[in-house]
Amino acid sequence: MTAAIGLLTALGVYLLLRARTFAVILGLMMLSYAVNLFLLAMGRLRGSVPPVLTAGAEAAGAGATGAAVPYADPVPQALILTAIVIGFAMSAFVIVLAMRARIALGTDHVDGHEPVRRPR
Amino acid sequence: MSHLAIAPILLPLLTAMLLVVLQALGRAGGGRRRQRTLSVASAASFAALGVLLVARADGAAAPEVYRVGAWPGPFGIVLVLDRLSALMLLLTGLVALGAMLHAVRQRSDQRAHYFHTLFHLQVAGIAGAFLTGDLFNLFVFFELLLIASYCLLVYGGTVARIRSGLHYVVLNLVGSSLFLVAAGTLYGATGTLNMAELAVRTAALPAADAGLVRAGALLLLVVFALKAAVVPLHFWLPSTYAAVNPAVAALFAIMTKVGVYGIVRVHTLAFGPDAGVATLVAAPWLLPAALVTLALGALGALASRRLRPMQGYLLVMSVGTMLAPVALFDASALSAGLYYLVHSTLASAAMFLVADLVARERGGVDDELVRGPAVARPALLGAIFFAGAVAVAGLPPLAGFVGKALILAAAPSDGRGWWLWAVTLGGSLVALVALARAGSTLFWNTYRDRDDDPFDPVVHGAPTAAPATAGMVAPAVGLLALVVALTALAGPVTDYTTATAAQLLAPQPYLDAVLDGAVPADGGARRAGAGGGAP
Repeated sequence: MTAAIGLLTALGVYLLLRARTFAVILGLMMLSYAVNLFLLAMGRLRGSVPPVLTAGAEAAGAGATGAAVPYADPVPQALILTAIVIGFAMSAFVIVLAMRARIALGTDHVDGHEPVRRPR
Repeated sequence: MSHLAIAPILLPLLTAMLLVVLQALGRAGGGRRRQRTLSVASAASFAALGVLLVARADGAAAPEVYRVGAWPGPFGIVLVLDRLSALMLLLTGLVALGAMLHAVRQRSDQRAHYFHTLFHLQVAGIAGAFLTGDLFNLFVFFELLLIASYCLLVYGGTVARIRSGLHYVVLNLVGSSLFLVAAGTLYGATGTLNMAELAVRTAALPAADAGLVRAGALLLLVVFALKAAVVPLHFWLPSTYAAVNPAVAALFAIMTKVGVYGIVRVHTLAFGPDAGVATLVAAPWLLPAALVTLALGALGALASRRLRPMQGYLLVMSVGTMLAPVALFDASALSAGLYYLVHSTLASAAMFLVADLVARERGGVDDELVRGPAVARPALLGAIFFAGAVAVAGLPPLAGFVGKALILAAAPSDGRGWWLWAVTLGGSLVALVALARAGSTLFWNTYRDRDDDPFDPVVHGAPTAAPATAGMVAPAVGLLALVVALTALAGPVTDYTTATAAQLLAPQPYLDAVLDGAVPADGGARRAGAGGGAP
């Protein structure tokens, strides 16, 4: 998981620093995937137990191994779901904006114009 | 339980929905006037609501907590109305009303559909960010205000707006990712995202977890600093605010304050003076960053060749001015910073409107600071510009001077105080020079003779705007009148901000109000929702 988060973040940052909008948008998406995985990891994964708080389950915290009834923490999943939904809307917006910029500015460079190359 | 605390979110949201309906019904024609009436009425009611909430927060001993769905303790979504929230909501209402009236007067709301809807969605997002007591809902309201601001930014779709809009959107999307990383880190370290519970848990954390929670706190600082345009995260602001519809730029003057509010709220409540391992984690970074912001904002204003980016740089400078006292985490300094925040938000918003009034009468020269045609009523616009410049530069007799004097009086007598004095006064001088040069160029360096004028509309057939009438300048004058009122009422207002600063720096009533005694301060049960609160 850590390696996956690291790889996705590295890819995302690399692509974000490109000069073309398509690469930048891909980078943003990679970054949001990395963030979602990160939220999942920070929520402390716990498989095959219900996300229901029953009597006696309060003490089943991180690292507590079977002292009480274990339960999966639903909060990170709710966070990720919200983040995915918001990220989806934002991606849609930025894609449309990039296409509009390509049409209006005639270039897909992020600065809105091709870099000026000075003759040597 | 009173439902007044959630009204600042519901009112603009409902207005936005009604406006969509009106837009759909009004396609046949005649709907525009109804939309405007509703929109302005809603903005005015929001401002009135702000007055009501300030009075309510001023009268209450402890912060008022609104539990959405009546969920107990730290489990549900909470909205917290304390003195700071109420003050920021009132400020939002006043600025939004001024910006809305300007947009309607100048007909800049007609360039595309849904201007009013987006405007109110933005206000709803800002209000929610000021009210929420939960880190994740702060993220959600940030996204709400951001997506509305993206649309408002590219509204009208000129080339400059699309170009700067792309930068703004990409930067803020990265900022949102960082916010989530910060929220995840803090959740992993403390097991909560409720700000009050976060404060309790952070204070009780063992030293082994210090790194994690400090990293989370500083990441949050970076996110808020990006929103507030603190150096080195300020590059987006001047070009963005220069390109955007001027009424929207005035509204955006409050948007940078959302970042300032985030810093004040989180770093006094959860990472403040009694935060255990994360005590004042932001303080060593915030003061230098604020002072550099102040200095670079002033220099940027001096170097600007156009009026609108210059106002953007002056906004950056004002953010530095108000964050420097905040970084001292001292009651009198914080109070001075809040007073200056109110003043500078009103003054910046007014100046964005004034810049628009001046620029639209200068034909092809627009807001460029070069010799150009004279405006139709130089005495009227010149006087307004002069008053606005006095306010923004912080000269006596207006409130900016009072605010800066309070900030300097609150400066500590050690090295930090020396830096604060030097940079604040030096920055003010540079801003004064920049504004004086801009004003004299705009109003005095004009073409007397029509034939000399390369931009004259009569000779050269360029499109011209109608000269500003009393009705057109009214919103800008109104905002400046509020600055004058702030000066006249400096006594009561500083009483309010002093009480606000005291409330912020002694957060125990806030914690008691939100948590309702539900969470024991035990560092051990980190991940579990502590028992007593569940029904």
